[in-house]
Amino acid sequence: MSDKLISLLSGIIFGIGLVISGMTNPEKVLSFLSISHSWSAEYKWDYSLIFVMGGAIITAAPFFYFLKNKEVSSLGLKISLPAKQDIDKKLVIGASLFGVGWGLVGFCPGPAISAIAVFDPIVLVFLVSMAVGVLVKQNIIK
Amino acid sequence: MTDFTPYSALVGGIIIGLSVVFYFFTTGRLAGISGIFENAITNSVNRFSNLFFLLGLVVGPLLYYNVIAPKVSIAFNITDSYTLIILGGLLVGFGTRLGGGCTSGHGICGIGRLSTSSIIATVIFVTTGMLTVTILQQFGIYL
Repeated sequence: MSDKLISLLSGIIFGIGLVISGMTNPEKVLSFLSISHSWSAEYKWDYSLIFVMGGAIITAAPFFYFLKNKEVSSLGLKISLPAKQDIDKKLVIGASLFGVGWGLVGFCPGPAISAIAVFDPIVLVFLVSMAVGVLVKQNIIK
Repeated sequence: MTDFTPYSALVGGIIIGLSVVFYFFTTGRLAGISGIFENAITNSVNRFSNLFFLLGLVVGPLLYYNVIAPKVSIAFNITDSYTLIILGGLLVGFGTRLGGGCTSGHGICGIGRLSTSSIIATVIFVTTGMLTVTILQQFGIYL
């Protein structure tokens, strides 16, 4: 199978996982981020997101461990793992700002793209803004 | 408010994990969506592969709702405030690329590889996300 077909298939599987998990619904993500619900008597906290991330990590981790010394993938492509990332200002500020944006809407990049499937034009407004954010970052910070 | 759904969350999470493994095993690349998105719009290397991955992210839900489980109704509830949407989009785009990853890149691939920087990034964005939601709720803003 070609690289493009594999990419399409991986995206499809990922997207199906996202819908089944409920993460394409911003309300579901915001319900997780509503941490005050965890001690509220009035609301029940929906911490499903922990199960989504947990399920994905537990599935992927053993494979990453056993494949970590491989240099070439099954398609014969060079394995490109990111270099060890410094815990620096960029990481801290970037992750902080991403979290704020995530909390404002309940969208991170994957679910926002998958949500095109619900045909709500506001999703496209989010995606265009996200693309602008990416381009601004590329142009002002090396 | 949504209900706690641990089983579907776990099943969905495992499927996402399998996609990450399949993509890595075959292409040797990590399925960090913010990175794929950035490369698709700004980098000609692997552009079509990256665009196909993003296309798959849309086709997956379409298949699910129309073919796999046509009786399941779409749960989707989002703010109608363009201010929140635009500000949120800008911050998600800028922040994920400055910090080198999002929920998939740091949260799943990074933690799956036991990367210290990814664990720290994930703790940070979950924390600032929770703070943001909590502050908005003080002003009566929810969705």
